[in-house]
Amino acid sequence: MNPAGDIAKQQAHLVIVATLLMLIIVVPVMLLIVLFAWRYRASANAHYEPEWHHSTQLELLIWSAPLLIIIALGSVTWVTTHLLDPFRPLDRVKEGHPIAAGTKPLEIEVVALDWKWLFIYPEQGVASVNEVALPVDRPVHFSITASSVMNSFYIPAVAGQIYAMPGMTTQLNAVINKTGKYEGFSANYSGAGFSHMRFAALGVNQGDFDAWVSKAKGEGGNLDAATYLKLEQPSEADPVRHFAAVQGDLFDRVVNLCVRSGKMCVNQMMALDAKGGTGKAGTFNVAQLTYDKNGREAITPIVPGQQADLDKAFVRAMCDPNAKMAGPLLPEGQKPANASTAPAKAPRQSELSLLAPARSTHS
Amino acid sequence: MLLEAPSTHSHWTPLLGRLGFDALPTEPIVMVTFAGVALGGIALVAALTYFKLWGYLWKEWFTSVDHKKIGVMYMVLGLVMFLRGFADALMIRSQQALAFGGSDGYLNSHHFDQVFTAHGVIMIFFVAMPFVTGLMNYVVPLQIGARDVSFPFLNNFSFWMTVGGAVLVMASLFIGEFARTGWLAYPPLSGLAYSPDVGVDYYIWSLQVAGVGTTLSGVNLIATILKLRAPGMTLMRMPVFTWTALVTNVLIVAAFPVLTVVLALLGLDRTFHTDFFTNDFGGSAMLYVNLIWIWGHPEVYILVLPVFGVFSEVTATFCSKRLFGYTSMVYATLVIGILSYLVWLHHFFTMGSGASVNSFFGITTMVISIPTGAKLFNWLFTMYRGRIRFELPMMWTIAFMLTFTIGGMTGVMMAVPAADFVLHNSVFLIAHFHNVIIGGVVFGVFAAINYWWPKAFGFKLNVFWGKVQFWCWVVGFWLAFTPLYMLGLMGVTRRMRVFDHSFDDLRIYYIVAMLGALLIAAGIGAMLLQFAISIWKREEYKDVSGDPWDGRTLEWATSSPPPEYNFAFTPIVHDLDAFADMKKAGVPRPTSGFADIHMPRGTWAGVVLAGLATGIGFALIWQVWWAAIAGFAVLVATAIFHTFNYDRSYHIHAAHIAQVEDQRTAQLAALSKEGAAA
Amino acid sequence: MSTPKTPLNKSGDDLVASYYDLHEHAHPDGYSTNLGFWIYLMSDCLIFAMLFATFGVLGGNYAGGEGPKTLFNLPLVALNTSMLLFSSITYGFSMIAMQSGKKNATLIWLFVTLLFGLAFLTIELTEFHELIESGNGPQRSAFLSSFFTLVGTHGLHVTFGSIWLVTLMVQVGRFGLTAANQRRLQCLSLFWHFLDVVWIGVFTFVYLMGTLR
Repeated sequence: MNPAGDIAKQQAHLVIVATLLMLIIVVPVMLLIVLFAWRYRASANAHYEPEWHHSTQLELLIWSAPLLIIIALGSVTWVTTHLLDPFRPLDRVKEGHPIAAGTKPLEIEVVALDWKWLFIYPEQGVASVNEVALPVDRPVHFSITASSVMNSFYIPAVAGQIYAMPGMTTQLNAVINKTGKYEGFSANYSGAGFSHMRFAALGVNQGDFDAWVSKAKGEGGNLDAATYLKLEQPSEADPVRHFAAVQGDLFDRVVNLCVRSGKMCVNQMMALDAKGGTGKAGTFNVAQLTYDKNGREAITPIVPGQQADLDKAFVRAMCDPNAKMAGPLLPEGQKPANASTAPAKAPRQSELSLLAPARSTHS
Repeated sequence: MLLEAPSTHSHWTPLLGRLGFDALPTEPIVMVTFAGVALGGIALVAALTYFKLWGYLWKEWFTSVDHKKIGVMYMVLGLVMFLRGFADALMIRSQQALAFGGSDGYLNSHHFDQVFTAHGVIMIFFVAMPFVTGLMNYVVPLQIGARDVSFPFLNNFSFWMTVGGAVLVMASLFIGEFARTGWLAYPPLSGLAYSPDVGVDYYIWSLQVAGVGTTLSGVNLIATILKLRAPGMTLMRMPVFTWTALVTNVLIVAAFPVLTVVLALLGLDRTFHTDFFTNDFGGSAMLYVNLIWIWGHPEVYILVLPVFGVFSEVTATFCSKRLFGYTSMVYATLVIGILSYLVWLHHFFTMGSGASVNSFFGITTMVISIPTGAKLFNWLFTMYRGRIRFELPMMWTIAFMLTFTIGGMTGVMMAVPAADFVLHNSVFLIAHFHNVIIGGVVFGVFAAINYWWPKAFGFKLNVFWGKVQFWCWVVGFWLAFTPLYMLGLMGVTRRMRVFDHSFDDLRIYYIVAMLGALLIAAGIGAMLLQFAISIWKREEYKDVSGDPWDGRTLEWATSSPPPEYNFAFTPIVHDLDAFADMKKAGVPRPTSGFADIHMPRGTWAGVVLAGLATGIGFALIWQVWWAAIAGFAVLVATAIFHTFNYDRSYHIHAAHIAQVEDQRTAQLAALSKEGAAA
Repeated sequence: MSTPKTPLNKSGDDLVASYYDLHEHAHPDGYSTNLGFWIYLMSDCLIFAMLFATFGVLGGNYAGGEGPKTLFNLPLVALNTSMLLFSSITYGFSMIAMQSGKKNATLIWLFVTLLFGLAFLTIELTEFHELIESGNGPQRSAFLSSFFTLVGTHGLHVTFGSIWLVTLMVQVGRFGLTAANQRRLQCLSLFWHFLDVVWIGVFTFVYLMGTLR
């Protein structure tokens, strides 16, 4: 516990407070155990009362003393859990330095990959692997997800951890107060390369941060969907890398499991589900929904032969009089944000994913 | 289904499923172990055959429905698996002490990740569970003055199902591999995509087979305690161990079905490509995490409550005093049982539930420490104005009280969500739960073994080697886990296989921890030596009285070892600590007027049915469908066949009982003459 | 079971008699069976509770596919429900016959129960077959996974109940309405009615509420 950030400092403080509160009762109990064990040993011939087995006062004491401690600790818990909730925006950068209203935290998008960390800076338009730079005393808002399995994003010097899970985002608000190089890592076992899933967390001054960004820009390299899909493949102990540019909606697509072209995004799917499903037409939306249920995405891509069968089935479903089509009814909000920037030779499935939501009229 | 999922296993054949020569071990370490186990196994089989022991074992033990023999067999199973689980622990400790400064250690990730998964699974399911189930099986019927459990055949079947699960785990060492997921096998990592081999299937099916046994054994013991208590033993006159056993078994029946469901769903995902916990198609891995902890947290109390009972019995006996606050002890047990279902989320505060949800579960967790604390005070005040005899069971109890208090404290620290964000998944957590499980469950089991061994076998255990074991364990435990507490506070996470250069100055902690583990190993050696020497010198340590510790509960009222019918006459209970009450009233032991006793008969069915279930499990793991289906048909047919046997009990004749009891009368007379002479 | 706390000053034989049950009668066979079976049923109930919970969590995740509204054939399910309800009634008749010691009537009602049970299973399998044929198998979405598992687990229970029923019919036929057989019939009765109760839950929460969603 060697905090370099305000949140970590408060958490360390809390650990100490909790320990002290409990020591109030733990220390006397342990002393009494030793004392009684010594005093009433058989050879000591101390006062012996074999029938004494009840005392209302003592019973009251032994239930109420721990209760009081727990009431105290419980109130501390309620307050700190709310104040230090990782989803809650910060209200100070450190003790005595409140954050002015309207200050925008630095946005960093974090993806846990097998087995390395990808950091995307949407405002700066750069990205890095296994290295994150944090300007000192500037609040940071991390949006965290994972590509395949569960990890836990943890920089002990800055703030407590939070899980990184595929198909969804968690958040962490934190701030670093000291310059220096700190350790970050995954704190949740995630497979063979887990031990090496570590990154450097750099606490830097604003000037150095700008230099870091421009250095990344200078190194070149564009993190588009294709590069990401290559990067996503399992690898261990990856060196630090930077990208000068990032495809704008990459993080959203990672979260929604639709980086690969032709996939239906999870949020799109959920919007359809919220409307009660798609009716018969959607039954065969299988290929564009498959992410990894049958194996890592790269191992089992859409199988061409099966895709043809699927298309036929889809057409059959469209012709089925029981499933009258009401046309492609995709509301505006559900279109993939990058519909225009999708690779030109997107296969037919991408059209399918637009058609699929068509719902039967009697729904 | 239109879309047949492409098989990840290209070499599936109808005859052998996924099984092939590539399933056999190739890594040198495993091959050597394999050879060792194979040779040892062959030697054991040969010895049993040579000494013509198979018939005896089959007739007197394997097919026995006597709760005492089943209890002993559970303990033996726990002990054997304990050695396996501890070997895994030593491998973890040594790998983590070696793999520093660029070294890769001696275990690759394929191996190391199996080792720590197997260590957790084995220690919880196949060591701690058999130990506490064995104790409850052996002691509870004796304590309540019963002749056996309610469903003796079911008891035998439950035991063999547990063995079946253990056999599957052991098989994974040599045929295929075990899971590489951590002991709770969270998806998506444990899903098909990221664990395509048979490891997780071994995990699922070994726990399913053993879980059926555990659930049925829970049903059995609840019925036993509720229905078969001696006349006069009201609920509030039950010994505390029986109380904790009752609550434990209620927890088992109310928790293990959850595990069964969650593992079944994971199995469906893996085998039939359903979408419960997948990333795509609307699955939810978070559902798995919730469900498995709804089982997992009560499981903690399933393990620890019975040993709380053990400590209560031991403290009262060796302080020669009634237990302080029996009533509050009982209510504390009940409260813990209920609260154990309201805290599961504290295992994953870091999943990002809202602050209010986290606070709720944090506070309920802390509330559990109140009844637990009350229990500790009750033991403390039982010692107060007692006359404490520091025999081995009492030494373990004192060590438990001191150790467990620290474990409880670190547990409450992690119950504060904002603190847990720092400590979660760190080696601090490892130190905490080893602190409560070793300091609680393991110490309790050792206390129980030393306490009830004379009852089970008629002779006491060697004290010297018992003390060596005690000190090795207590010192070894603190040496092994204090460094982990410290490392955890520095933010070191768990399940690390190698440590890069940033860890260089932390290596000393891992080396100290390794030394602690070696000291514990010495403790285990001392325990085995203690057993061996005691058996060797059993005449010297003989206890004829049946009551070597001046016990207070009914199990001490009969001979050691007890006859198969336990009590020639069922005792009538007038007070708590029924046997102490009888001794105080000076009740003579009835020596005539015996009547026939009705007892259950042994049966082959338990071994056969559990064997078939294990075979089906193996077939399902390797996806040998024909064998699984055929095995299942045979299993159902066998079970039906067994129900056609209506003749399941027999009478022990009064003459035989008189003979046994007369022998004991003579023994006791000789003993009192000896006493008078001395 | 209640005895006075400490027997008054007694000595010798009286003392022995007040502390030992000298003329005890063994518990009758099957003394704990009813309680034990109830406890088992509660554990089974928990299995269904978990499956219901799973369906509750995942039941809305159609994964861009068909939802319950278009998928379920409510009249068929209603027919199915009636099969199971009738089977419970006929099982009741069988138990009444058993209590008045009428072996043949017991057997006939058991047979009728079996027929209803088999009808239920046939209809359920037809429904499953149709769903799978139309591309809505358990692999299609989390909703369908949890649907098939919940309903299928219930169906498996009915299957085992039916096998058990046949076994008991043979045993009653061969050995008559012995005490042991009566106990077994009572256990199966509990089991069968329990499945009925679970099915009412399935019908309400899965089918009716699914269609209304």
